[in-house]
Amino acid sequence: MSFYDLVFGPFAEFGFMRRALMGCVALSISGAPIGVFLVLRRMSLMGDVMAHAILPGAAIGFLLSGFSLFAMTVGGVAAGLLVALGAGAIARTTPLREDASFAAFYLVSLGLGVMIVSIKGSNIDLLHVLFGNVLALDDPSLYLIGGIATVTLLSLALIYRLLVAECFDPGFLKSVGGAGGLAHFLFLALVVLNLVGGFNALGTLMVVGLIVLPAASARFWSETVPGQIGGAAVIGIVSSAAGLLISYHGELPTSPAIILVAGAIHAVSILAGRHGSFVRQALHARHLRG
Amino acid sequence: MLKPSAPSIRLDNLTLSYRRHPAVHHVSGEFRPGSFTAIFGPNGAGKSTLLKGIVGLIKPDSGRIVLDGIARHDIGYLPQQSALDRSFPMRVLDVAAMGLWRKAGIFSSIGRKSLGAVEAAIATVGLTGFEDRNIDTLSGGQFQRALFARLLLQDTRLILLDEPFTAIDARTCDDLLALIAGWHAEGRTVITVLHDLDMVRERIPETLLLAREKVAWGPTTEVLTDANLARARHLHEAFEDNAELCEMPA
Repeated sequence: MSFYDLVFGPFAEFGFMRRALMGCVALSISGAPIGVFLVLRRMSLMGDVMAHAILPGAAIGFLLSGFSLFAMTVGGVAAGLLVALGAGAIARTTPLREDASFAAFYLVSLGLGVMIVSIKGSNIDLLHVLFGNVLALDDPSLYLIGGIATVTLLSLALIYRLLVAECFDPGFLKSVGGAGGLAHFLFLALVVLNLVGGFNALGTLMVVGLIVLPAASARFWSETVPGQIGGAAVIGIVSSAAGLLISYHGELPTSPAIILVAGAIHAVSILAGRHGSFVRQALHARHLRG
Repeated sequence: MLKPSAPSIRLDNLTLSYRRHPAVHHVSGEFRPGSFTAIFGPNGAGKSTLLKGIVGLIKPDSGRIVLDGIARHDIGYLPQQSALDRSFPMRVLDVAAMGLWRKAGIFSSIGRKSLGAVEAAIATVGLTGFEDRNIDTLSGGQFQRALFARLLLQDTRLILLDEPFTAIDARTCDDLLALIAGWHAEGRTVITVLHDLDMVRERIPETLLLAREKVAWGPTTEVLTDANLARARHLHEAFEDNAELCEMPA
């Protein structure tokens, strides 16, 4: 098998592979800044929680109208926003801390979602919802992912400075009258949108991986926010392409393959990244003169 | 054009609370235009809370804060260092440039002229050469200098500083105190929370001695008497966890 057959052949030959790649590339580019801010705001696990939270919403959409993109998307967005707001509100008004409150929502959501899907669908349907169906992306799904990517990048360009200030020094931002709360909410809404967009392709359980793993890896390659966003996008795209190829050649499930490649890149980043990795720390054991 | 007069702040029977427990309790008085005041008192006496109230981060439970001659968003506010995320990937230049927020807002780019002003502010605080350094590589003193560069660029007539010298080396402390004294000399109103009694006595002309309630407020030499300090300690120790509802008129 030549190099061409190995790397380009599957995409040249099969439309479904090209569509899968396009979907994943759009997701990677859109998810990169989202992931970087999730990591910087110490909200990586919260992303995971929200991915589970969209499950019952999408499941109700499925219950009402089967695998309808529209119904499942609307349900997912509604459930995601509800949990984001609900957990925040509970954390602000009761002694329960936000992480515990999110954990409660996430466990209930997962149980509820699996239950609802199982009422109407088969185990195969359940697997689709949990792990996605990236090799069967139709036109509407691709448009949805592309549209969400566009909205995400434009919105983030608008609120970028607010988000950075809110992460670094919320008191200052409030003192100059910056709408930090609004920026935070918009950001949460974008997280939900990206999760819903990605959930068609990668499933509720895997979609966070393509958002958080590249961002967490990029932290080892760049010390600036823009650098980390760029790095995360590249890592996401490489993981997607490699994961699709591994899945194709090895006849392995696709979304786990993509996430495992992203995980492997993460491991390499921790070991040998340019900033703060094990290798760096060992190489730079001797201090500088000034 | 007339130079706008320095702003003043009047506290009108002010109470600020966390979960109904007052941190600042029925305090009245005035930070006069152009005054330079230290807020001094025991830990948990409501010093930082009072600054947060003035900036608008906390809403008064009862009473009022009246800002005269300045809009709330034109206050220069230096939060405690612990309230900031020092691990966030930002350069010294970025931190200082935040001081242009009122001019640049969230969209405008920062032009060459403004960049010159940012570099000048960084030079004033003695951080030239550190512009591109990430803040997680700075010492506490260097980081505080960067935040002072931001304050310089904000160029506000009312400046609130929350514990600006905690965990800061002596030389940085002297340099920054000189900067603050300069602001005072320019006629700006400056209020700073401090915990170093000697520093307040030697360098700050006026003091508000706070122990949740106002103990004394005025010229530092008259406020920081042994009797007043003892009273502040006593008031502080008398705090109760299971306090009853306050019967004082709101």
